[in-house]
Amino acid sequence: MTPGGRVPQARLVLSLQHASKTFGAVRALQDVSLDLFAGEAHALVGENGAGKSTLVKILAGVYRPDEGVLVVDGRGVFLDNPADARDAGIAIIYQEPLLFPDLTVEENIYIGRQPLTTGRRIDRRAMRRHVEEVFGRLGVRLDPGRIARGLSIAEQQIVEIGKALSLDARVIVMDEPTAALSAVEVARLFGVVQSLRAGGTAVLFISHRLEEVFELCQRVTVLRDGRWVTSGPLADMTSDGLVRAMVGRDLLEREPEEQSIGDTVLRVERLTREGVFTDISFDVKAGEIVALAGLVGAGRSEVATAIFGIDRYDAGAVTVNGRRLRRASPTAAMSAGIGLVPEDRRQQGLVMDMSIARNIALASMRSLRRLGMISGGAERRFAKDWALRLQLKYGRLSDPADSLSGGNQQKVVLAKWLARRPSLLIVDEPTRGIDVGTKAEVHRLLDVLAAEGVAVLMISSELPEVLHVADRILVMREGRIVTELAHTDASEEAIVAAATGQLREEAA
Amino acid sequence: MNAAADSVRRTPVVGRLSSGRLIDLAYRARAFGILAALAVLIVVTSAIQPRFLSGNEVNIVLGNTTILALLSLGEAMVVITRNVDLSVGSVLGLAAYASGNIFGHLHGMSTGTSIVIAFLVGIGVGSACGVLNGALVTIGQVPSLVVTLATLYIIRGIDIWIIGGGQVVASSLPDAFFELSLKSFYNVPYLALAVGAVVCVGAYHMRSFRSGRDLYAIGSNPQAARLVGIPTGRRVFTAFVVSGALAGVAGVLWASKYGTLDSTAGTGYELSVIAAVVIGGVAIFGGSGSVIGAALGALLLNTILAALYVVGVSPFWTQAISGALILVAISIDRVITLQLTSALRRRRVRAAAA
Repeated sequence: MTPGGRVPQARLVLSLQHASKTFGAVRALQDVSLDLFAGEAHALVGENGAGKSTLVKILAGVYRPDEGVLVVDGRGVFLDNPADARDAGIAIIYQEPLLFPDLTVEENIYIGRQPLTTGRRIDRRAMRRHVEEVFGRLGVRLDPGRIARGLSIAEQQIVEIGKALSLDARVIVMDEPTAALSAVEVARLFGVVQSLRAGGTAVLFISHRLEEVFELCQRVTVLRDGRWVTSGPLADMTSDGLVRAMVGRDLLEREPEEQSIGDTVLRVERLTREGVFTDISFDVKAGEIVALAGLVGAGRSEVATAIFGIDRYDAGAVTVNGRRLRRASPTAAMSAGIGLVPEDRRQQGLVMDMSIARNIALASMRSLRRLGMISGGAERRFAKDWALRLQLKYGRLSDPADSLSGGNQQKVVLAKWLARRPSLLIVDEPTRGIDVGTKAEVHRLLDVLAAEGVAVLMISSELPEVLHVADRILVMREGRIVTELAHTDASEEAIVAAATGQLREEAA
Repeated sequence: MNAAADSVRRTPVVGRLSSGRLIDLAYRARAFGILAALAVLIVVTSAIQPRFLSGNEVNIVLGNTTILALLSLGEAMVVITRNVDLSVGSVLGLAAYASGNIFGHLHGMSTGTSIVIAFLVGIGVGSACGVLNGALVTIGQVPSLVVTLATLYIIRGIDIWIIGGGQVVASSLPDAFFELSLKSFYNVPYLALAVGAVVCVGAYHMRSFRSGRDLYAIGSNPQAARLVGIPTGRRVFTAFVVSGALAGVAGVLWASKYGTLDSTAGTGYELSVIAAVVIGGVAIFGGSGSVIGAALGALLLNTILAALYVVGVSPFWTQAISGALILVAISIDRVITLQLTSALRRRRVRAAAA
């Protein structure tokens, strides 16, 4: 039997065999194999953190696998850097391509390898001809002479695909290309993929949107927790089966802990930011933990930063403890009692070069001030108190925050906000990159906070965490809340189905 | 959907240009803008003081522009790669002294030969400084702002150490060397013509050769430039060497123009050079602009200085006005960029709605 559903006479173009990759203690990829045939569109699916990105980076020549072989066109190849991958005929189309904004489209495609006339001058006419020929083959209309600045993401991807074609790439990897595209642009991209397939190129298509996978691809490979789960023709699969393969692990049960839910602390009404999120309405009560679940890019963090006033919103209202919050003002959000523990703690949560004590005290300067000055002693006592409460493991409080482990850094960020005694705490991916032990501690801390009457809004991409910690779960998809699940009705399958759009729209 | 479509129909279409043409036009408008400013300046000034259009005055302005334009050419190449060369004033000073001084050691040689040797000495000194800058920036991975700030002082220090309190006096230089700067063709100095030709060669190189286009790519997106395999280190290094060599040549011209040289020659000149480059439309963060624009910027700057002088404005104002001009140039760039970005976004929304 032929390996690919609709590609009978397929030739094996690329074969990754038994690849493994570890980073420190983290096994990102374990014994993963992948075959790509000429003319097929092959889907690579899995939850966040399943190892898709690592696999892409191996094919891109960015990471070298610890074990495993890569065979391209029947020859074993070693990819030490991106140039090797290019020479092997592998091209990667990233979600947000790296173009030269000041150069023209045709130069972006041909920079460094422009066709030359005698005397080593650039042959602009030949360059234009080649680019028009490539765009013709792809069936796209894009002015090769325009400057890349201002191109939409979709157009930038077309430029990258054009470059791949002009390099005679036989394998084109598209890493979540549709995440930032409109429906029209997705349709156009799919047209381009069909032309690529017709020309014998193998396309590895990564997407969280399962309907796209079924529409575009012939075969699929599923990864879970860094391991290969299954590969096969999509014609033989149902979307339920695919979701089960992606999730497929035992669910964590949360010990039911009765909590007294109080008054509404946060009310969000019809919050909209054009092109990012639409019509977001929900509320969070005192003592309640509400999770925003969904895929990366569904607009969850953007909602959080809009509530906190870092980003503007175009319509809607945010009310905290009955008072309408001024938009686009983090200061107003802070004085209303909101704390935000951001997703990227190294960049946004901490001042890495500053001491642990300073970091903890940073948001409480006002209360620590005496006659307009901050005394070092008061700051240290304050920090020590909070470090003790959160069981922070540190050398000296005067060490830079950089010296702490990821989990302890997160505790410093939490301490910084808890010290302000917030009535609402927004935590974005609170346990990303944190070891299992500290993770449990952070979860316990959130539980304790809720028990003390703090309203908690948590954003998390880790489903076990969402199920374990949250009282209510709001699932977002493409900028909208698509469903709300009570803790008791929630399951990983239900969340994944809603987040990937497999859910039948409930009566609106 | 209908409402959106309606509003699209009602929005007047901004010409019937494609997005690309729109941007091209905006970029071209930069050069036209400088020429227009020059034209306005000349018309207004000569209306106030007709002497401004006299052959003598034109000769002086062009003569002053040659050195600045030559330095701006090299500086533009460096700035386009998202770097900066602050040492050009000091390099000019050292090269001017070295080339002027060499005549004292060339007894018995024909004047022609000794002038050639003076140029070679100037280029050699300038290139050596460029190699130093380029090596520190590319091999040492030190930001060029810091490197060339340091070499600005170091090279000036060497200059002072060699010259001490002394100076090269005009009488030790051959007359033919001075005549280089004096001779002109219908009030256009020969040197201005030569520098114009050099600028054109530079522009042609930047436009039509891979090594020139690579400079734009590096300045536009350094990370992407490395990823597509552009030899970024070698290109940036070369840009610094070219900038140094041109500063060396400019030093020789300085010696020929002023004759009397002490250790302060060219002090602070780097700021005029950067001003000319920015006024000429080269983006200070690299990636766009042209060497012709930079040379025109030098011409505009000198024309303004001459105009203010001719109409009798105090020298204090000339400095303030050059500063204002830089702000105007940058504001125009910023406004154009913002307008373009929003125009393009509207276009895209419309295309998506269609």
